Formats: sequence, structure tokens, C-alpha cells
Amino acid sequence: MRAKLPRLVVTFSTTAAAMEMERYCQANGISGRLIPTPREITADCGLAWSAPSEAESAVLQAANNGCIEYAAVYHLVI
Amino acid sequence: MIYLDNAATTLYKPEGVIEAVVNAMQTAGNAARGAHSASLGAAGMVYDTRRKLAALFGCPRADHVAFTPNATAALNIAIYGLLAPGEHAITTDLEHNSVLRPLYDLEERGMALDFVPADRRGCIRYEDFEALIKPNTKAIVCTHASNLTGNALDIVRIAGIAHRHGAYLIVDAAQTAGSFPIDMTAMGIDVLCFTGHKGLMGPQGTGGLCVRPDVELRPLLRGGSGVQSHNRHQPDNYPTRLEAGTLNSHGIAGLNAAVDYLSSEGVETLYRREHERMEQFYDGVSAIDGVTVYGDFSAARRAAIVSLNVRDFDSSMVADVLFTDYGIATRAGAHCAPRMHAALGTTDQGAVRFSFSPFNTEEEIRTAVEAIREISQE
Repeated sequence: MRAKLPRLVVTFSTTAAAMEMERYCQANGISGRLIPTPREITADCGLAWSAPSEAESAVLQAANNGCIEYAAVYHLVI
Repeated sequence: MIYLDNAATTLYKPEGVIEAVVNAMQTAGNAARGAHSASLGAAGMVYDTRRKLAALFGCPRADHVAFTPNATAALNIAIYGLLAPGEHAITTDLEHNSVLRPLYDLEERGMALDFVPADRRGCIRYEDFEALIKPNTKAIVCTHASNLTGNALDIVRIAGIAHRHGAYLIVDAAQTAGSFPIDMTAMGIDVLCFTGHKGLMGPQGTGGLCVRPDVELRPLLRGGSGVQSHNRHQPDNYPTRLEAGTLNSHGIAGLNAAVDYLSSEGVETLYRREHERMEQFYDGVSAIDGVTVYGDFSAARRAAIVSLNVRDFDSSMVADVLFTDYGIATRAGAHCAPRMHAALGTTDQGAVRFSFSPFNTEEEIRTAVEAIREISQE
């Protein structure tokens, strides 16, 4: 498998919230992309937002600014 | 993109399907809601689609083909329409949540529910149905083929058991409608639930159920029907009994064209074609060290699905690498089939599902096998 890197992973309770996150981050130049939720995380939605760990404050700020409900925030090496 | 997620939805649709949807969006009125040409044209097309689906699935009456938005809605209509608290139902570990969740809900309301277990290959023992039958068993509800392993069930055998004990058989054909030859009368199916956007290659938002005449399903939804407007109740007659509200005529027009395509190509021909791809992939990945393939590949007929894991790698990450590094679309995770994963021992790891269509090429399969080989070596 490819080299593993430390990543911020944000999970959601619904696919709609994941889509909203992608839309908001892309529109506002926030780094990251949607990934299949890693199995080590228990999540209701199969999609999670993955971004470089150092982007945590920007990503969470984006979620707050966009009124996007996320379920949990993880720091994983994936 | 190499699209190997056809068990979720078929991406390639015959050109005629697309043209039919576009044409319907330009011409179709509301079926059964008027006597002008736009409405009558839509009503005629919808009825023509019922006739074609009845012929395709061996349903004795076209008016016993009711349309729904998907297989889940059809299964909800069938399950809630037939089963009630105080009765007993039998299902299997192979089921999708579209079967499990309605049954669990009824169980919480007082219906008894039993499961035929699956082994680590995803296979069941048919004698277990017999053993679970009770005097109040009203129905067996089962999939035609697992959406995770592709294993198919012997529907004729299950129907025989159900009918010997006076029970009904509801079949979830989400993975087989359009892909397997199905004759519900010959097979003994009382209610056949299907989706239009997978093997049938129609639009998403289409599906339905074929109900054997003499099976009485209580309506799940009540509302506009275009007939008997002064009646306080949903009309009794099929298909109106099961179709409250405006139908998806645009989608049904596409489904109509899809059935034409299947009929002209031949379901068996398309089945063989996608199975050649499945077997090519299975043969390739089975020989790779560290790859675990799930399911029974010795059966004569199975859905064109191969689910696997690579070593102890997270299935979600394997699927992500397949897409981002190789452009191969698959489906990882739990596949809405929690009991099947439990039986296979893959609840934690999940699995990567590859599902094929008649339009996949040998070259695409070679690329997919090589991708798995490379991932397994890392």
C-alpha cells in the first residue's frame, strides 16, 4: 500500500453532511478530500473528510462556518 | 475510470434508455390523471412497461406489476403488506438492510423472526428452513443472491418448503433482476421485488414488485390514485392498491426501453458475458498470495460479484487506493449487509466488492487483477 501519513479525519452522521463539507471546503479553498471511512473508526456515514493534520483548525473552522454537523474528529496515520 | 461497482448501480445504460427518458421528459403527462393525449400517452407507456416486466419475470398479470422508487420500497410494501405482529417470518443471514430493517421493526412490534444462518463461505443449509417453520409462519423473505458474496439461493427449493407449510415467499431480486432469468410462476415466488437500475440497466428511481394473483398485500401508502376519488380508502385493485401518488413516468419510460434492450440481447447472453469477466477476475485474484476471496464459486449460477480482502488491510483504504491510484471504482465497507459480514468474519475489516457488468472488458479485468497484485505486495 502507499506510504501512510498523519491525517485529520472528520466523520459525519449522514452522507448529506459529508457532501456539504466537500462543497463548502472546495468553495473556500480548504484542503482535503472525501475518503471511505477507515474501518478503525465507528461512523454512521461511509464517507469521511480527510485532510493534512496541520489543516485541523482550518477544516474545523470551515465546518463551523458552514454550519456542518460532523460526528467526530480523528488523527490517524493512513 | 474502470467501473466495477455494478452491484450498487450499473453505470452503463443502453442508449435507448437515455433517449426514452429524454423523450418522456419532453412529452409525458401524468399517467392516469387525465384524458388528454399527454396523460394518456404516459398511461399507455406505463402499462406497456407493466406488460413487458410481467413477461420478463413470468408474472401472470400485468396489473399485478406495481412500480416503486426502488427495491427497498418494494420490499417494505411486501413485508408490511403481508406480515403483522403475532405472526412469524423466516429470513437468512444473507439479507440486505432493505429486508432486515423492516423485519426488525416488525419484530419489535411483536412479530416473531428467525434466521437461517450462513457459514463462512456465505452458504446456508436448506433444511434449516424446515426446522424453523412454526404453525404461524406467514412468510419466508429472502434474497435471490447476496449483494456481498454473490452467492445465489435455490429459490425453487425455498418456495417448495414455504408452500408445503402454507407460507408465502417474498424474494429480494435486487441483484438478479435483469441478470438472471426469472420466472416467478415457475419458481414459486409469491412476491418478487426488484430494482430498475442494476441488472435491468434502467434509471435510478425505478423499481417495483410483481405480486402473484390471489396474494393480498395491504397498502403501505395511501393517497392520490386518479381513480375512485370519492372513496375514503385506497382502491383495492392492483396495481393502484400499491401505487399512491404520481408515478415516475420519466424513469419508467427508461425502464421500458431497458427491458427492450434485455429482451433483444437475451438475459442469458448478458449473464454469460458478465460471468466471463467475473471468472477472469476470480481466477486472477485467487492466485495472489495474501488475497482472501469470500463466497461459493462452485455453484452453477451466482451473481457477478467477487468480494475480497488483501491481507489485513483496511478494506476502505484498499478501495481508496484502487480508485485514486488505478481509477478502479469498487465498494468497500459493510455493504448494508451486517449479518453476512458477521457470518464471513469480516465485520471489522469489511471487504472490497468488485461487481461486473456485461460491458466490462478483458483489459479492464486484467488491470484490476494487476492492481490487487501490486497492492498485495506492499
